[in-house]
Amino acid sequence: MIQSFGWQSVQFLFHGLVWTVGLSLCTFVGGGIFGLVFAVSRALGPKWLRTLVAAYIQLVQATPLLIVVFLAYYGLSFLGFYFPPLAAAAISLTIYATAFLADIWRGCIEAIPRTQWEAADALALGRVQRLRYVILPQAFQIALGPTVGFMVQIVKNTSVTALIGFVELTRAGQLLNNMTFQPFHVFLTVAAMYFVVCYPLSWWSEKLKERKHAGTAH
Amino acid sequence: MAYEMNFAPVLARTPELINGTIDTVILSSQSIGIGLTIGLAAALLRVDGPKWGAVASATYVEAFRNTPLLVQLFLLFFGLPYMGIRLTANEAAIFAISLNLGAYSAEIFRAGLLAIPKTQVEAGLALGLSRLQVMRYVVIIPALRIIYPSLTGQLTLTLLGTSIASAISATELTLAGAKIESQTFRSLETFLVLAAIYITMTFAFRLLYWLIGLWLFRRRIPKTGTAAATLTLPREVKS
Amino acid sequence: MPALRIENLKKSYGTVPVLKGINLAVENGDVVAVIGRSGSGKSTMLRCINGLEPFQEGTIEVVGHKVDQSRANLRELRKEVGMVFQSYNLFPHLSVAENITLAPRVVKGLPLEEGSALVREVLTRVGLAEKAHAYPDELSGGQQQRVAIARSLAMKPKVMLFDEVTSALDPELTGEVLKTIAQLAEAGMTMVLVTHEMGFARRVATRTVFMHQGTVWEEGKSEEIFTNPKTPELKNFIAPDLK
Repeated sequence: MIQSFGWQSVQFLFHGLVWTVGLSLCTFVGGGIFGLVFAVSRALGPKWLRTLVAAYIQLVQATPLLIVVFLAYYGLSFLGFYFPPLAAAAISLTIYATAFLADIWRGCIEAIPRTQWEAADALALGRVQRLRYVILPQAFQIALGPTVGFMVQIVKNTSVTALIGFVELTRAGQLLNNMTFQPFHVFLTVAAMYFVVCYPLSWWSEKLKERKHAGTAH
Repeated sequence: MAYEMNFAPVLARTPELINGTIDTVILSSQSIGIGLTIGLAAALLRVDGPKWGAVASATYVEAFRNTPLLVQLFLLFFGLPYMGIRLTANEAAIFAISLNLGAYSAEIFRAGLLAIPKTQVEAGLALGLSRLQVMRYVVIIPALRIIYPSLTGQLTLTLLGTSIASAISATELTLAGAKIESQTFRSLETFLVLAAIYITMTFAFRLLYWLIGLWLFRRRIPKTGTAAATLTLPREVKS
Repeated sequence: MPALRIENLKKSYGTVPVLKGINLAVENGDVVAVIGRSGSGKSTMLRCINGLEPFQEGTIEVVGHKVDQSRANLRELRKEVGMVFQSYNLFPHLSVAENITLAPRVVKGLPLEEGSALVREVLTRVGLAEKAHAYPDELSGGQQQRVAIARSLAMKPKVMLFDEVTSALDPELTGEVLKTIAQLAEAGMTMVLVTHEMGFARRVATRTVFMHQGTVWEEGKSEEIFTNPKTPELKNFIAPDLK
């Protein structure tokens, strides 16, 4: 069925955009939770745990996201699990986001000067209390800018899941292109929709970085 | 789980994997060469150019940094024929990846240029150097030293990003892998092997960047990049 | 023809006037000290002379070059007008010798083999001949500033501008820099120095210019200026030094 690019097409793409945003949020929450645990383990855990987490971060950061997505989608189904595209997409993006967020946040935790730990020690705070009341709140301040910046990467990278057939914005664009044969209109609109989501985040991230100007983070 | 791993069918396709790896290295190197050139030009235009140049540069950077590489690929490969420009898949891939890296590296270069104190530029100008000579002899190396870690990090992302070019059937490793996967049905094994190759490539490239860094910065540079300016701040605000 | 002539120089940052009509002439061989409080415009005036600071009105002519915004013209001028800065501004990634030969090489096309002779010559003049292969961060502030002077000398300037070159130095290091400048003065270099070192201005400068509120408030032979100030502002300014 050939239809021409019009208002209906935009609505169709908008549905895709909703899935893109939804998947991004899932990824951010999942990657955020694991990322925090991994970051703390990497910065403060026992040696074996630090090594393990470091290896995880190194390996994931050296593998293309697309390959991670393929592994989750095609690969794991052979092990007896079947993941629908949405699940495979969410899992692989979480694996990816965990590695990068853990790395960013580890840098922020380590950027807190030694003297802050000593000061907390001197006040007789326990190990968890030091983290909870002294270190993490300060690290959070430094982390805010880079973290928001990474959210832009998450939103953009959800597009890779189009290649396993998950119908988010980019996949919606591909489908629409097959119906309209107007790739220029379709993909320009798709790009514009990504831009509308990503640009405010980029802008906010820059503002946060300027305010903190923490240097070592990233 | 009854699944038994069998790498043999995948490893039997080693020549294809090697070719794919070579194609990926070529695609990455070309894109990196073009992309860094674009990035440096865009950064100079933004920092030191006329008003229109700064606006054009900023628009380009924001447009490419805030949209996915995959969509950029589709737009260039499927969309450009609409404007009468027809590119092969490989050309579109180089073009898109270079522009993408250009936008990211422009921001990195810009940060480096801005990190060099204005007084260094003034000292160069006062000696009679032209603006370009000041860039070349005074600014570039110390600036590069400051941004080198983030720049090489970006280059790694570019290397990994080339896998996305398989979506338009540009010849590179992931495309080679996808073909093997579809013919052997050994998905898990295929993509594990691909992952291993990409990881090896990434570490090989990092080693290369490290060696290049040793050569580039073989002269001593204080870590701050600007000894005089940071060691002694002017005691008063000058008239 | 004077080495430097400034006529009715006016400059403002936005609506804030900084220079309100400066007139000044410097003859060949003159050593002119420019003194005055912070904010009097003395550094700004100096930076106008080699075009680092744009200005709105007036004319400046240095060794036959008119200062305007043409980049080519400014480069010609800067080849003949040296400048030494408060914060030395040596290039941290280049050795002392490379700092010195950079501009002669790329601006004047000095052949590589003549470089080391030039380095030896100018470093000897500032008393640092043995430091040719050191890097800036291995030198003390005073040594860095002397290298900066040598770097400037390597261009064989006809006029040299000094912008508060000892203000960033610890007191015990200012002496060596001032001594170097005094030697240049004796050798007949035409110089304009913005300075806070009153004793030095009085001893070394042939003329002293007192700037106040963006104008040349009072000028004359250094001896005159310091022993017999005419305006109350100048009297006030130099009073603590006379005690």
